[in-house]
Amino acid sequence: MSAHWRLLALLAGLAAACALPFFLSDYRAFQLTLVMVYAIALLGLNILTGFNGQFSLGHGAFYAIGAYAAAILMAHYEVPYWATLPAAAAVCLAAGFLFGLPALRLEGLFLALATLSLAVAMPSILKYRGIAELTGGVQGLVLTKPDAPFGLPLNQDRWLYFFTLAVTVLMFVLAWNLLRGRVGRAIVAIRDQPIAARAMGINAALYKSLTFGVSAMYAGVAGALGAIAIQFVAPDSFQVGLSFVFLIGAVIGGVYSISGAVFGAFFVLFVPHISEGISRAAPQAIFGAFLIVFMFVMPVGIAGFLRLAAAWARRRTHRSSHVTGEAP
Amino acid sequence: MEALLLQVLSGLATGGIYASLALAVVMIYKATHVVNFAQGEMAMFSTYLAWQLIQWGLPYWGAFFLTIALSFVGGVLIERVIIRPFEAHDAVLAVVTVFIGLFLILNSLAGWTWEYTLKSFPSPFPAEAYLGGYLSGHQLGLFFVVLATLAVVYAFFRFTPLGLAMRAAAENPDSSRLVGIRVSWMLALGWGFAAALGAIAGIMVAPLVFLEPNMMGFVLIYAFAGALLGGIDNPWGAVIGGFAMGVLENIMGVYVVGTELKLTVALVIIVGVLVVRPSGIFGSAVVTRV
Repeated sequence: MSAHWRLLALLAGLAAACALPFFLSDYRAFQLTLVMVYAIALLGLNILTGFNGQFSLGHGAFYAIGAYAAAILMAHYEVPYWATLPAAAAVCLAAGFLFGLPALRLEGLFLALATLSLAVAMPSILKYRGIAELTGGVQGLVLTKPDAPFGLPLNQDRWLYFFTLAVTVLMFVLAWNLLRGRVGRAIVAIRDQPIAARAMGINAALYKSLTFGVSAMYAGVAGALGAIAIQFVAPDSFQVGLSFVFLIGAVIGGVYSISGAVFGAFFVLFVPHISEGISRAAPQAIFGAFLIVFMFVMPVGIAGFLRLAAAWARRRTHRSSHVTGEAP
Repeated sequence: MEALLLQVLSGLATGGIYASLALAVVMIYKATHVVNFAQGEMAMFSTYLAWQLIQWGLPYWGAFFLTIALSFVGGVLIERVIIRPFEAHDAVLAVVTVFIGLFLILNSLAGWTWEYTLKSFPSPFPAEAYLGGYLSGHQLGLFFVVLATLAVVYAFFRFTPLGLAMRAAAENPDSSRLVGIRVSWMLALGWGFAAALGAIAGIMVAPLVFLEPNMMGFVLIYAFAGALLGGIDNPWGAVIGGFAMGVLENIMGVYVVGTELKLTVALVIIVGVLVVRPSGIFGSAVVTRV
């Protein structure tokens, strides 16, 4: 697929995404909003794990920080909802950078451990009585859903869908821009050849903690959007399971790609809906089984698989045209 | 002062549980250089097995030892079937992902089979308090069970040929292969032992916290903190670290941060140890040749 076709396909997808909510119920539109929210968080995890080779089992914690930053600003300081996103992004960028600084000294496994403990401790930190006035304690905070501005003829769910779509497109374009240039090459070089990267003059320490910060920022923006969409934050929505869900989505969507985040988000949001009828435990069991099976047969995830399939198809057509060209 | 003593003693009792789980974590870490994130869920599953056996009418100690045997077999099977294919390549992402998958499967299987309701778990020890009312019978009993277990583990690795072979396989796999040790099987046995240790920890902690699929979550975090504090590659350090975490948890919880933030203590210790002294108190520093 040449660059032209890819751009065309992307534009067609975008047009479809714009048209979709008018053919769907409000509830479906809300679900798709959540898919986009998760896609942003998964993209953050992909940048960190897939491109930079660092590991996080604690992105649910940064998602929670972003959600709470937005919720506190909206509930206590009456900041408009759209203005909470940059604030949540800044808070999480700083939190991720600060957490990434000491984490620099940790190789993969221990970073996973440290972030896991952060995710486990997060709900109890949010419940802490000393900050309950701000966070609403165990009850959490309730938010109001934004109306469409400028008198646009959209109901709240649809307006939120378009707002989230715009943010998602922005975040994906930013990530694509970040990863295709000099910085992106440095990020990948640190993953593949840390010593050679250092010898080439890449400041590995700075890049690694910055990548951690950027990745946390994505999770934070997603958290803020999620809080606005669900209109509610409470400590128990941010248990360690959320971090696992992010890992599952990233791995199954394809951790080494940007588009994988979208596939992963669809997977983690819709598979539980389908399987919940079997048993309360079924979604989790299916997630676990998928994780292990994917690691066995398809460690590159859905996006990586599609890429391989496309390359294979291209080789085939190429070869057959080559053969016909040579025929007398 | 008496209150402090009470906190220290009961901290030592729960610390025993963290110590056994930490030892299980270290056992697998020493052999394969991975941290088993599913260790707690394996222990939880073993505890449910024990509960089921007791429900079926087995005497307590019969169920106890049968569960340990079953867990050992289960641990070996998990290593052979799920973990072994990833032994060869050194990809952290793959290994951690598989552990998380295992975690989710065990957790949901337990919920599926035994429901998510809280179950009380029997204790074989008398209910009255000992040591002038400082410790419940169960706390005292579990302390001795843990000590006995540690003694058995020590004796096994110190005095038996198999224990020596396992240590050799963990220490220097290539040379061990040359002298005829089946290193891969030694790793599987290590998983079996770790699962059995976890089973003991689970059975001992269950009467204190109630049996439910998520009961080992915080125990595992404390065990990790203990293992890191003592040194992740030093079994004795891990045991001491586990006990220390039990005491620290109680003292910090009562006197410093309050019970709500107890888990944060584990977080601070994990991050603190990893940053300040990644090898822990008794561990050896890792030297990598570039």
